[in-house]
Amino acid sequence: MSRRSRPREEDDRSIVSTSDWRRPRIRRTFGALHAALLVLLVVFGLGPILWLAKSAVTTTQDTLRDPMALFPSGIDWGNLAAAWNEVHIDVQFLNTIWVALGAWAVQLLVATTAGYALSILKPRYAGILNGLVLATLFVPVVVLLVPLYLVIIDPPFIHTSLINTFWAVWLPAGANAFNILLVKRFFDNLPREVFEAARTDGAGSFRLFWSVVLPMSRPILGVISVFAIIAAYKDYLWPLLVLRDPAVQPLSVRLPTLQRAIELDVYLAALAISTIIPIIFFLAFQRVFLRSAGLGGAVKG
Amino acid sequence: MSTTVQRRRPRAALSTWLRGGGLSTLVFLLPMLVIFGVFSWYPIVQAGIMSFQKTNLVTAPEFVGWDNFARVLGDPNFLIAVQNTGYFALLALLFGYPLPLVAAVLMSEVRRGKGLFSALAYLPVVVPPVVAVLLWKFFYDGRPAGVFNTIIGWVGIPPQPWIQNAMQAMPSLVLEATWAAAGGTVIIYLAALTSVPPELYDAAEVDGASVWQKVWFVTLPQLRGVLLITLILQVIGTSQVFLEPFLFTGGGPANSTVTVLLLIYRYAFQNSLGGNYGAATALSVMLALFLALLSLVYFQLTKRWSS
Repeated sequence: MSRRSRPREEDDRSIVSTSDWRRPRIRRTFGALHAALLVLLVVFGLGPILWLAKSAVTTTQDTLRDPMALFPSGIDWGNLAAAWNEVHIDVQFLNTIWVALGAWAVQLLVATTAGYALSILKPRYAGILNGLVLATLFVPVVVLLVPLYLVIIDPPFIHTSLINTFWAVWLPAGANAFNILLVKRFFDNLPREVFEAARTDGAGSFRLFWSVVLPMSRPILGVISVFAIIAAYKDYLWPLLVLRDPAVQPLSVRLPTLQRAIELDVYLAALAISTIIPIIFFLAFQRVFLRSAGLGGAVKG
Repeated sequence: MSTTVQRRRPRAALSTWLRGGGLSTLVFLLPMLVIFGVFSWYPIVQAGIMSFQKTNLVTAPEFVGWDNFARVLGDPNFLIAVQNTGYFALLALLFGYPLPLVAAVLMSEVRRGKGLFSALAYLPVVVPPVVAVLLWKFFYDGRPAGVFNTIIGWVGIPPQPWIQNAMQAMPSLVLEATWAAAGGTVIIYLAALTSVPPELYDAAEVDGASVWQKVWFVTLPQLRGVLLITLILQVIGTSQVFLEPFLFTGGGPANSTVTVLLLIYRYAFQNSLGGNYGAATALSVMLALFLALLSLVYFQLTKRWSS
């Protein structure tokens, strides 16, 4: 990837130049187009989310009779409490956090140690291992579905089923070649002189990893963390297969089964609660999210 | 260094290997070797083997040649699933490919409040996919008082059956999928737009190019690489569509939304008495070969564009 240094403010131009922009016709056209785009984004992008927020605190009757009306019979805050306390979304919520945290930790451990070994320690067989890791990028997860499921039922060495334990989601999450690729690339670009200096000062491999390499790799660890947590929050099919017991299910797996079991207003409140957390995260760390999303297209491969 | 190791005696080689840090290297590689070995490399190989085996969890697996593939290809649902998946991919391209490009080009010209535009565009991507599907499932309520039916009623369109109708189900699924994914593509294009060299626009202006001409002759050709990559990524993604058909319709009505992945799921996991793992792996291996071909093209292209 050729990373362009951020251009200075006056260089930072786009298609329409400053002199174009002074012409009234262009000004008017783009002004109108931008206003139209903004309206479309609000209606189609924000609209469904706002509707969910509204319906989470509306009675079932109102939502069924006139879904677009604004609180004809008042606001019903009770839905949120009912979803949290009676339907016990709180359990699934905690499970979601556990699933995401564990998957994140396993991915970081595997990606950093492997990236370090393959990029900096570089044993003679590094090339072969690197190839084996990269090769898995070409294999879609679909292929793994059945054989991986059978591994989880009867894992090697321990031979006790991991079904209904978080390990069934955490461990396979670690086998992420894209992470290793990102970390290895980042390590490849770190200045070698620093490592030589640390080595002459008597630092061993572990010391070098912990005190020199890891502190230098914060940016790439941030990117991997964002990817890992988003992926864990979004995942559905795999946790559906291996987490059968509602007591260990994350939100994504539990919500569809709630649909028929509970009243509509509480159900919509549960959907709203599941959405609010990622939205808060997004608004708080917008820059990181958007940069990672842009990176997703630019860096892969 | 290791290149100077002489092969006099194996014991000496082993001790130089140890002193040279060979053991600690292995320790660092251990997490990857275990995790990839057990949860990636082994299952991949196993998938290839299982597609030629009859596997039930009681007796030992037994090789059956091409039987599993024959079973899948002979399934009347196979052709339906392939057609439906192709239809989904095609519609997803029609709905979701040009739109983000237009939005991104317009957004790159916003002088003030650009952050607001990209935040709004990306917001649907942040909604958990399962929630998005369940929410839209309620929107697609076929009663006259359903959410979408109420809205189209305002402009005098009669109520539609949406996902309850074999003709409308697939486009309805694609509409939701597009809503959920388009923001991500917009952000990718926005990032790509900032990397168009500004000198090209300067040069075009010297030649007297209009705004439209700059878009057509400078911007689009410069985005060619990214456009091709998102195209391939989108096809790879939509070929594996599962969530929408599974949660919206379960494959119905009248098999109109059965996709390849849904069929794999049905073979392996829907029968509570134990799945047909052979047929499931055979179909996933076929899908994988198709996708590997696509990713190979993708990999070659990214290599070329990024060098």
